[in-house]
Amino acid sequence: MSEETIIDIDQITKIYQMGHVHVTALDGISLSVQTGEFLAIMGPSGSGKSTLMNILGCLDRPTSGTYLLAGEDVSQMNREQLARIRNQKIGFIFQSYNLLTQATALQNVLMPIVYRRNGHISNKDRQELARQVLTSVGLNDREQHKPTEMSGGQQQRVAIARALVNSPALILADEPTGNLDSHSGLEIMEILQNLHAQGRSIVMITHDARNAEFAGRVIHLKDGKISEDNNHIVSPTRIATGGTK
Amino acid sequence: MRLSEVLRIAWEGISRNKLRALLTMLGVIIGVAAVIIMIAISAGTEATIAENIQNLGTNLLFVTQGMGVQMVSRTAGMNSNFLSYDDAKAITDSISGISGVVVERNITELVKYGSNSIDGVSVVGTTPSYPQVRDVEQGSGRFITQKDIDVSAKVVVLGYSTAQTLFGDADPIGEKIYVGDVKLTVVGVMAEKGVVGNTDYDERVYIPLTLVFDKFTFSPFARVQGNMVGTILVQVADLDNMDKVITQIQILLAKRHETTVADLPFTVRTQEDIIATQESTTAAFRDLLAWVAAVSLVVGGIGIMNIMLVSVTERTREIGIRQATGATPGDIRGQFLTEALLLSLTGGLIGVIAGVGGSWLFYKLGDMRTEVLPNSILLAFISAAVVGIFFGFYPANKASQLDPIEALRHE
Repeated sequence: MSEETIIDIDQITKIYQMGHVHVTALDGISLSVQTGEFLAIMGPSGSGKSTLMNILGCLDRPTSGTYLLAGEDVSQMNREQLARIRNQKIGFIFQSYNLLTQATALQNVLMPIVYRRNGHISNKDRQELARQVLTSVGLNDREQHKPTEMSGGQQQRVAIARALVNSPALILADEPTGNLDSHSGLEIMEILQNLHAQGRSIVMITHDARNAEFAGRVIHLKDGKISEDNNHIVSPTRIATGGTK
Repeated sequence: MRLSEVLRIAWEGISRNKLRALLTMLGVIIGVAAVIIMIAISAGTEATIAENIQNLGTNLLFVTQGMGVQMVSRTAGMNSNFLSYDDAKAITDSISGISGVVVERNITELVKYGSNSIDGVSVVGTTPSYPQVRDVEQGSGRFITQKDIDVSAKVVVLGYSTAQTLFGDADPIGEKIYVGDVKLTVVGVMAEKGVVGNTDYDERVYIPLTLVFDKFTFSPFARVQGNMVGTILVQVADLDNMDKVITQIQILLAKRHETTVADLPFTVRTQEDIIATQESTTAAFRDLLAWVAAVSLVVGGIGIMNIMLVSVTERTREIGIRQATGATPGDIRGQFLTEALLLSLTGGLIGVIAGVGGSWLFYKLGDMRTEVLPNSILLAFISAAVVGIFFGFYPANKASQLDPIEALRHE
């Protein structure tokens, strides 16, 4: 596996047991994402895109299949190992921001550093790092504000800063503009676009076609399968099993 | 994760709901305070007992009226079941191996000299051996003599502080004072001894035993009460002879009161027996407090568990966010466990303050000697910590096992 590949999933399935009924959320998806790609995943509700997102974000494990994240097989890891991977390699941006409401912007951004295990960082350096990241999303004057004192767009920018602070290999955005007005939403998308321009790997779930236009590559999911992939970066050899139309 | 971070996060968790935290801690506070007070009381009692033994010696026998006999005999108009001064004399004359016999009959009177008066003074009618047996030194003048007893002399010997109160620095010897309605001549003052057990020796005054019979017994009762005495103290010369002397006294008294040793209406006890009785009463109190302490700590622990479970539910989303940003199950468990521990230890700290204050109150208001031991504070803290960890573990573990996806969806 080359270092150029950030995500490499092969024949991933996810089956939920609801009583006696098995619900297949993902039905043998294979997908490969290169480092530096900006990928949008679209699809109607129930198509399995949230499930795919959870698995890509190491919040959940596939029922079968393998998932290599930056060359590391995470599909069989236990809860603790997955937590470490999330801390080091993944930055989440949620639709509802998911900030700690009683903590300041700075404290929210510091949180992933608190749970960091690789390499000791002094308190001063942590603060410095968090401030830098907040400044990079344009919130240097808001670090002592609590989420309730900020607009939705500002809150989402705090969440982006939090996602960036540990320099993750992959940024996962789940409907990042879903709770925002179009102006703030556009701001957020521009920040993501800038990150992409800086060489970050981004995977975004959205059902907004305008947002998807910012992504270099768009995948459509339907009934737990990839129904469409406008891959103009890599040849779709591995996509074949996903069912390109 | 660094300890300072863990503590900071736990502290933020608690301080969000200060009143709730305080109420949660209440059980632990009461439990810890009870542990400290309990140990302080038992340490104080033990110290008192140790001092008593030191001050009185172990070679004393107490002959006292048995329980319940008095009333029966009194209504029957019989005198034979009362312990009398004659019994004391008989013990002095016919038992070998004893070095002193003292009879005490206590009354309470107003004592007055000129314009100075003290109410409620403990007046002890006694016999010449008192200073020797009770181990009180003569300060000045003399003590009551056998001659005073024989003629029921109107003399009085003052305790140290009573003499000070009535006469100040003046020499009281030869002065006349009133004890109740009776005018008595001061013939001696005792040296300072202080408080032993519940008795303040320096406040007592002493008069001849026979004077109590003649002047301080309400006349209609005189016929029945006669020369009845409350307690006869016998000092045994040799400790090894204790049991032998007890038996001899019992046989003598049985003979004198025309009964058997088994039916004897008197008890003959050693100093140790009396101490054992004292100990058993304080032990009962101590046991009660120990139960209060144990129950409070358990109830306090359940309170902590309850509030931690509520907290885990309330903060499910926070747990999800922390998990998403990389908190391991261990981090989450540690956070909630630290919170429970912080609750119980803060409760413990408040409990220690309450316990030390409570011990002081027991001493001041309850007239109970207490000694707060440093070890008891340590023990209380450890108990609080154990309660926190034990009852905090289940909620903390529950929090750590939450599914991050579910937790993030929680509203």
